[in-house]
Amino acid sequence: MPSIQKTFHVTKNDFIHAGEASIHVKNLLKSLNYVPDLVRRVAICGYEAEMNLVMHGGDGELSVDVNADRIIVDVIDHGQGIADVELAMQEGYSTAKDEYREMGFGAGMGLPNIKKNSDEMVITSEQGNGTHVKMVFFNKGLNV
Amino acid sequence: MKVRELVEKFDLTVVAGEAGLNRDVQGGFCGDLLSEVMGNAGIGCVWMTVQAHQNIVAVAVLREMAAIIITGGATPAPETVDKADLEGIPVMIYPGTSFELSGKIYADL
Repeated sequence: MPSIQKTFHVTKNDFIHAGEASIHVKNLLKSLNYVPDLVRRVAICGYEAEMNLVMHGGDGELSVDVNADRIIVDVIDHGQGIADVELAMQEGYSTAKDEYREMGFGAGMGLPNIKKNSDEMVITSEQGNGTHVKMVFFNKGLNV
Repeated sequence: MKVRELVEKFDLTVVAGEAGLNRDVQGGFCGDLLSEVMGNAGIGCVWMTVQAHQNIVAVAVLREMAAIIITGGATPAPETVDKADLEGIPVMIYPGTSFELSGKIYADL
């Protein structure tokens, strides 16, 4: 299978289109016959990272690099960055605004969900220079 | 059970996504924190929530849910209806609580 790369622009505070990049990725993987568990894990992680970008990041991109044996999702924003990545990884910790919490976001479960559902996760962030969340998923089902 | 049968049995009001009424209901999930729902809801479930904004549709699509039921008297925003119609995700409303409805559905599935 040839590798496929796609990039989707994600806009800060755009709740109307939030989640659409992740839906595109999920539909792409389904069309390529990846096993349902892998599609589910990528969908969860992509969505969490995409919503983090919408709520906390500046504008940015969600990119996917699809190969037969592994999928890499990179979510890169140009926002303010994360002050303390270790603290942000703790379940329950959130800096979400009250209006986002009322919508059911900001439970402090996003990054832990990504950690739990990806095979590798790397966060690179510097205050003032945005955040890069890299997620790797290995295809152990080999349906493709 | 099909979503359509659930609608008839529990007197739910369909407000969007009628194209998906023949989906199979394989389980249920109650939750209002979207990350908790994303992380734990099962494929083919019917999701009961008080959230009525448009972002619930993306969660339902990504988790391949059968349908969303908005409980507690909330009504969906117009953007929620538009998105659900586009994605073919049925959205119903139920005036009572998620607790009450989930008990009825649990007993019936």
